[in-house]
Amino acid sequence: MKDYLIKKILLLIPLLFGITLLTFSLAKALPGDPVLSMVGERAQPEVIEKIRKEIGADKNIVEQYYGYLALLLHGEFGRSYYTNREVLSDILLKFPNTLKLALAAMLIAVPLGTGLGFLSAYRKDTITDRVISALSVTGLSIPVFWSGLLLMLFFSLKLRMFPPSGTGDFRFLVLPALTLSLPALGTLARITRTTVLEVLDMPFIKTARAMGIREVRIQAGHVLKNALIPIVTVIGLDFGSYLNGAVLTETIFGWDGIGRFIMEGIIKRDYPVIVGCVIIGTFVFVAINMVVDMLYHSLDPRVRFGEHNR
Amino acid sequence: MNTTGKAALLVILFIAVMSFSAPFMPWCNPGSINLDRIKEAPSLDHPLGTDTKGRDILSRILYGGRVSISIAVSAALLSTMIGLVFGLCSGYFGGKVDALLMAFVDLVLSFPTLLLAIAISVLFPPGIYTVVIAIVAVGWASFARIVRGQVLSLKEANYIEAAKATGCSTGRIILRHLMPQCIPFVLVVTGMKIGGYILVEASLSFLGLGAQPPMPTWGSMISAHRAYLTSAPWMVVAPGFMIALTALCFNVLGDSLRDRYGLKIRG
Repeated sequence: MKDYLIKKILLLIPLLFGITLLTFSLAKALPGDPVLSMVGERAQPEVIEKIRKEIGADKNIVEQYYGYLALLLHGEFGRSYYTNREVLSDILLKFPNTLKLALAAMLIAVPLGTGLGFLSAYRKDTITDRVISALSVTGLSIPVFWSGLLLMLFFSLKLRMFPPSGTGDFRFLVLPALTLSLPALGTLARITRTTVLEVLDMPFIKTARAMGIREVRIQAGHVLKNALIPIVTVIGLDFGSYLNGAVLTETIFGWDGIGRFIMEGIIKRDYPVIVGCVIIGTFVFVAINMVVDMLYHSLDPRVRFGEHNR
Repeated sequence: MNTTGKAALLVILFIAVMSFSAPFMPWCNPGSINLDRIKEAPSLDHPLGTDTKGRDILSRILYGGRVSISIAVSAALLSTMIGLVFGLCSGYFGGKVDALLMAFVDLVLSFPTLLLAIAISVLFPPGIYTVVIAIVAVGWASFARIVRGQVLSLKEANYIEAAKATGCSTGRIILRHLMPQCIPFVLVVTGMKIGGYILVEASLSFLGLGAQPPMPTWGSMISAHRAYLTSAPWMVVAPGFMIALTALCFNVLGDSLRDRYGLKIRG
């Protein structure tokens, strides 16, 4: 476990290097001179030189990158070009909203997705199975920005049941959470089905049956228990898809989270915002993956550390 | 291939043929603006209606289909090729090479797809090639993983042993003995991934990071007209339906290919 943990954490370093290098080159590739934009085109050359020295624009590119890393380590993500607010504090302000949305979507997707998957597996090759399989593949093929707009059109604009956009109480949460849950629901139902079918195929199920153990007990004690581990892993690892989906869903429903924040940043070319969101988003994603991965390893005794080949 | 798979393939072929022949159709004018006939509901003249500039939505959808399908398919093929190279080397050489390459693969896989794609799309000037780069940058890694697994199970086979014994060079073993065995298997995975890539392309162009105007794309058609959801819903419904239909058909096709060849791939 310790070796595994160390390996994972060591992997984090190049990852963070990679993402910061990417965002740094992003900042460098931008058109325009930051000094000129600070002092204006008509400033005296001496002033320009002085500021250039002050902000380190005269140093070479490696030193600039080090400076950039140091700033990031101090939590200095810069200020938005438009609102002049600190990017990091805005991200921290908006993150709980994204989390709320993701959790609400999970609350819909997890019970429904696994339930349908189980049902589908038990009724293999029946009409029920076909319908559920068709629905789940459809669920993961529909773009969230489209299903979201259709849900909005129907439930808020036609039926006037829910507000079409905004951040707030439960009523505001329903539609975006539903939208975000659709692809996850499809993925989960499919994976649950495959996993349960695999477990049902295992020799120990046959043994249990031969031993005359009651079917209820087989299902609850043997099948469920063994199928649950991979399913739980997928639920956790799938968290990234909520992050992806959140960018689109929040934009559509005007939900004030990280997703909408980065989207607005993209539209206005507000680079500090984009960079901050990408870095924080990646970090959160990686952190969650790591936790899930470790959970998986401690849950499943069959998996030996360091030799898993998924 | 089962019936659903065949049906999906037929629909894909239909969409592809319609889209790619669109430039040769005299009635297909995605760019012609007619301000006298804006936001018209579907009619005989314009089977899917017109948009806010009076442009024919059907024409724009067909042109958008060319963009979507070309991007998704070429990104899938490129990812396959890169993944094949990485996977073959990693699986065949094993040891340090394997550890290094797979660490790199792990690294790429731990990025959230859309965020990385967004970062790349912002870095390069937006356009078709940038979208392809963004998708491939994330996509190749899962291919490398899968190919590696395949090579690991193949390289113990007797015929590889025999090839070694007869003095085949390493390059020859990889290229002539291992690769041909991997390719059919990998192509199934390629097919399974295209549906997802259609969605990524649509998402990026919805966010304004895809192919740029005046080139119509399904995603940008939706984002441009979402404000008219109540007054002219067809402007949003039609392109979204095409994204969903195309992605669905590719996913169904991928599933049926996987079942046909009895492969165990999750997803």
